[in-house]
Amino acid sequence: MTRTVLVTGVSRHIGARVASVLATDPDISRVIGVDTVPPSSPPLPSLTRDGGGSLGRTEFVRVDLRSPDIAQVIAAADIDTVVHMSLVSAPSRSTGRALMKEHNVIGTMQLLGACQRSATVRRVVVRSTTAVYGSSPKDPAVFDEDVEPHDGPGHGYAKDAAEVEGYVRGFARRRPDVTVSMLRFANFMGPGVDSPVTRYFAQPVLPTVFGFDPRLQFIHEDDAVEVLRRMATEDHPGTYNVAGAGVLLLSQCVRRAGRFSLPLPSPAFRVLGEMARSAGLVEFSPEQLRLMSHGRAVDPAKLAAELGWKPKFTTAAAFDDFLHSRGLGAVLT
Amino acid sequence: MSEPDRAAEILAFLRRRLNGEYEVDEFGYDPELTDKVLLELLRPIYHHWFRVETVGVKNVPEDGGALVVANHSGTLPVDALMTQVALHDEAGRALRLLGADLVYQLPVLGHLSRKSGHTLACREDADRMLRKGELVGVFPEGYKGLGKPYADRYKLQRFGRGGFVASAIRAGVPIVPTAIVGAEEIYPKLGDMKTLARALGLPYLPITPLFPWLGPLGLLPLPSKWMIGFGEPIRTDEYEPGAADDPMLVFNLTDHVREVIQQMLNELRLRRGHAFV
Repeated sequence: MTRTVLVTGVSRHIGARVASVLATDPDISRVIGVDTVPPSSPPLPSLTRDGGGSLGRTEFVRVDLRSPDIAQVIAAADIDTVVHMSLVSAPSRSTGRALMKEHNVIGTMQLLGACQRSATVRRVVVRSTTAVYGSSPKDPAVFDEDVEPHDGPGHGYAKDAAEVEGYVRGFARRRPDVTVSMLRFANFMGPGVDSPVTRYFAQPVLPTVFGFDPRLQFIHEDDAVEVLRRMATEDHPGTYNVAGAGVLLLSQCVRRAGRFSLPLPSPAFRVLGEMARSAGLVEFSPEQLRLMSHGRAVDPAKLAAELGWKPKFTTAAAFDDFLHSRGLGAVLT
Repeated sequence: MSEPDRAAEILAFLRRRLNGEYEVDEFGYDPELTDKVLLELLRPIYHHWFRVETVGVKNVPEDGGALVVANHSGTLPVDALMTQVALHDEAGRALRLLGADLVYQLPVLGHLSRKSGHTLACREDADRMLRKGELVGVFPEGYKGLGKPYADRYKLQRFGRGGFVASAIRAGVPIVPTAIVGAEEIYPKLGDMKTLARALGLPYLPITPLFPWLGPLGLLPLPSKWMIGFGEPIRTDEYEPGAADDPMLVFNLTDHVREVIQQMLNELRLRRGHAFV
C-alpha cells in the first residue's frame, strides 16, 4: 500500500527531521511538508548536523494553517496520515502572542476540520506538551496521562496546548474510524534544539527562583523523532507522555553546565523575566516561570509499554548531549 | 578508615556535588544529600538532645512497600524528622513521608522536603511510592495532632477519612503502627494566637512557655526523653484491591489502626517514665 503523509510545522527543527526520516521510509510514497514559512529561513547552523535540516524528498507547500487552504492540500494529495507538529511554544518578537494563539488554536481547528471532511485520512498524530499539566505545589509529584491537574494552565502555550487537545479529543469522538495519537512531549533537548529552555542554559549566569529547585525532564530530539516516526507508521491510539527516564533538578543542570545560578526572590525573577523578554534575550512566559518554581515530572511508562521501546536518552543523558554539543560542561573534571 | 582515605572520600563527594553527578528520583529525593548532610545535622539532636530510644525495629519490613502510620505532635513536625533518622539508621530504610500542601508552597522548606524524600499527601503519589516498594509514612491526625494543646497530649485525634488505609489496600502492603513518645513535650502549646495565625495563613500560632516570649530562642525545643515504638505489621494483602472503595471496611480498619497506636502510646509512655529525665 502506498501512503502519503502530511507533516505540519516542517520548517522547524523537529518537524523537518520527522519529515526527512519519513521520506526515507520505502512504504511511504509521498511526504508533504507544510508551514507558514519556507524551511530555509532562518537557517540555523546547528540544523545541518546529520542532515537534520534537509527535507530530503519532502515536497514543501507553503500554507497558512489558519486559512482553509489546508483542506485543498489534503484533498488534492489523498493524504492518509497527518502529523501535526505545528505548535508554537513561544510568541515571536515581531508578531506577538495573539498571532501565536491564532496559529496554534485556529490552525489546529482548520486542520482537524479538513481531516474530518477527508475520506482518505486514517491516522492523525498530534504533538502536545507536558505543559498541559501545569506546575503547582498542590499537584502530584509525577503525572500520568489520566491525572486532572489542580491548577490547569491559564495562559500562553500551555493553554493553547490544552485547547488543542480539547479539539483533538472532539475530533477523535466524531471520527472513531481514524486512529488519533496525542503525544505530550517534555522539553526537547539536543544539539539542534533551539528553544527558550536551551537558550536559558546557554546564558553565562542563570537566574533561578530563590528557595525553589524544580524537577525538570527532557526528551532527546533523536528519541522525539523516533517516537513520531513510529506513531506515524503504526497504529497507537491514545494519549502518551513522552519524556526521558528520570529527572534532573535545576541545580543539577546548572552544575552540570558549569554555570553559576543567581537565586532571585520570585517577584524579582518575574520582573527580570519580563525585562529579558522585552530585550529579546530569553523568552520566559508566565508558565515557564511557574515551571522554574515548582517543576514537573511525568511518567512515560504507558508509551514504553505501548511501543515496546524506550527512549535511548535518559533526561540526564539528553541534557549532557546538549551540553557537549555546545561545548559546555562542568568546571571540575 | 585512615586519614588520607577519608580526605579522598570527602573530595570525591564534593566533586560529585559540584558537578551535579548524583541521582535524584522522580520525586526529587536525593539520598546522598539526605544521608551525608541533612540527617548528619539531625543525628546529634537525635542521640544527645532527645536521647531517642527505639522499640520493635524488627517489625519494620526489610524491603518492599509498607505504610508507617504514626501519631503527630509537638507543634513543629520534629517527630517526622526523628522518625526518619530512626528508620534510616536503625532499620536501613528511607522514610518517604506524605506532607501537607502548605509545606510545598513555601520556598526552601518545600524543596528540602522533596530532597529528603517526602512528597505531597495525595492519592497518586502515595500509590506510586507504594507500588515502587518504598516505605511510606503518614500522620493521619495532620494539624489536629500537631497543633493540639498540651492538656490533650497523647490523646490521638481523629484520623481523617482513612485515605492511607485505602492506599495500603490498593497496594496490598502492610501497615506498621508507630507510636512516638516525647514529641508532645518539646513545645508545650498553652495557647494559640488565632487571629495572627489566620492573618499569616498558618493553621495555628502557638504560645509555649518559651515562645513568643524569648523570640527566636523560644524555638529551642525542650529536651524531653523520646521513645519510638514500631508495632506488629497489620496485613492488607488478604483484601481485594477493590476493597479500597468499600467505606465500611476502610473505616473499620482505620479505627483498628488508631486503637493499636493509642494502646502503644499508653504503654510506651508508662515505660518512659518522667518526660525530662
